[in-house]
Amino acid sequence: MVDRKQEPILRVENLTKVFSSGVFFRQFTEAVREVSFEMYPGTIMSLIGESGSGKTTIGRMVLKLLRPTAGKIYFQEQDIATLRGKAELREYYRRVQGVFQDPFSSFNPLFRVDRVFDMVYDVFLPDVKDREERTREVLRKVNLNPERVLHQFPHQLSGGQLQRLLIARALLLDVKVLIADELISMLDASTRMGILNLLADICQSTGMSVLFITHDLALGYYISDYTMIMHRGRLVEQGATAEVYHNPIHPYTRMLFRSVPDIGHRWDPKEKFVPEQVSREIAEFYASNSGRGFAQVSSSHKVLMSLD
Amino acid sequence: MAADVILDVQELRAYYRILKGDVKAVDGVTFQVVRGEILGIAGESGCGKSTLAHTLMLRKPPLTHISGKAVFLGQDIMAMGKEAFRKRRLQDISIIPQYALDALSPTKTIGTFFADLVREHGLPADSAFFERVRERLRFVNLDPEVLDKYPIELSGGMKQRVIMVISTILNPALVIADEITSALDVSSQRFAASLLVELRDKGIIGSAMFITHDLAILYQIADRLLIMYGGHVVETGPVETIVHGPRHPYTQALLSSLPKVGVQIKDQRLEGIKGTPPELLNIGPGCRFRARCPYRTQRCEETPATENISPEHSIACWNYRDIGGEQVG
Repeated sequence: MVDRKQEPILRVENLTKVFSSGVFFRQFTEAVREVSFEMYPGTIMSLIGESGSGKTTIGRMVLKLLRPTAGKIYFQEQDIATLRGKAELREYYRRVQGVFQDPFSSFNPLFRVDRVFDMVYDVFLPDVKDREERTREVLRKVNLNPERVLHQFPHQLSGGQLQRLLIARALLLDVKVLIADELISMLDASTRMGILNLLADICQSTGMSVLFITHDLALGYYISDYTMIMHRGRLVEQGATAEVYHNPIHPYTRMLFRSVPDIGHRWDPKEKFVPEQVSREIAEFYASNSGRGFAQVSSSHKVLMSLD
Repeated sequence: MAADVILDVQELRAYYRILKGDVKAVDGVTFQVVRGEILGIAGESGCGKSTLAHTLMLRKPPLTHISGKAVFLGQDIMAMGKEAFRKRRLQDISIIPQYALDALSPTKTIGTFFADLVREHGLPADSAFFERVRERLRFVNLDPEVLDKYPIELSGGMKQRVIMVISTILNPALVIADEITSALDVSSQRFAASLLVELRDKGIIGSAMFITHDLAILYQIADRLLIMYGGHVVETGPVETIVHGPRHPYTQALLSSLPKVGVQIKDQRLEGIKGTPPELLNIGPGCRFRARCPYRTQRCEETPATENISPEHSIACWNYRDIGGEQVG
């Protein structure tokens, strides 16, 4: 559970990102609108949304791959927009790292695995003497056999093994915040759980926090302490996982839960389910709760009740 | 029952013939599709489920039919010539392909695409045809105006619906839906999956084979399940039987590794299956799951025979009697 007594490791305030496209007729897309949340050490927060909801954009802004249009991101109470120069950035990336969906595109296909780790040492940990020993240790921590993976090329390894390698890399750096963007979406059901359990164990033992970006509600429920639901760039509901899942209030969240396929529980065949009708439901919901804004519905559950 | 079987596949083998040898992706698969049912075909990546669809619909080198029959409405489609089968495709048997979202030509409007397709099959693209198309589009909750649009103007969920309308426009007796929900958001997933059931209920399509890696979706819509592993069928039976009383060690492990809303790691730790699926290149005989199976015995070196546990429930495992049923979910 979220420990309120601790200081947040990462704090995001009114984060907004507007993309513009087109040369003559400029079009603006508000990918992320006024998103605020806090992450605490050792917790897993899932950020759930459908495609185009802006969840990846948030991850990329935290990783400083994109510059926010407005709003601030604080890591250990330091505004990350003020980081200047290579040394400060390197220090930031030692503590904040990302792992992405496609493990095959995360690795240079021409580099063997040991070289990937060597580069980490060269850039971040030049003073370490016992490189080989340390690498083997983190590989064993992610349940990989060092002998079997170290001298392989990425294409000789499975997707699950590659994702484990990326986690091992994060462990080597002693990362404080890991942005896991659809980390296991490309993996098979039988290999997924091993990676998820590993991630949860690492958080527990090292105090690492994970922003777990996913579209899969069941996985989000399984692993996270805290859940945020995004819809069209806005955070519509956030709170302790159990509260959001068992007492969803925003119409969008409710629609998501109605459509999630769950073994042992069938969709209502009589309900005429049309995804488009949720826009109308949301409009009505905002109208009837006018003026309430992003409201606290319980001590650990907030809902976007209206847009004003 | 025999009269109601519309597709009867017997010992079907189809390998990818490559320089290094044979990739045995479909290796002795036997099953039936009954009129009016939705048969769910589940398995992990590389288990041969999509290859099965391609073997039935369109074999392209290096995928080669080795042996076995697939009798569809009284005719062995494996023995049919390309042109003869082409006439049946779309009209009697139709596929909704994986990556359907990229199946539309970016330079053609949806309407042109519809017209080209039926003309290819020697049918007129006249006003009566388009009246039918509009009716179907309304049925899937799309404005018939999409006919004048280009694919880029549609969302993923809308494109998937357009593809479903195209594939079922001639009321085929059998539809093979290959991972049609995999690239969609959960809300569109529910719509697309339920749509297939509705098309069946309204008699627009006869039966369907719904191929996916997602057992949770199959639980929602399928009547029977067929579980594949490494090119073999390991277990077949009614959905409730398989989900609540799986007997094959693989099915048991797979089901117990699935997360459900309501299961949290701190209360119940789910375990994956140790190891990786077998490499199918030049694979020998034997149970394909044996390397990862906790119950394996000497006998598993032989390919297991398929046995009926009950009239509806069959399994390919030498040791299932000693394992017992595990209650899942």
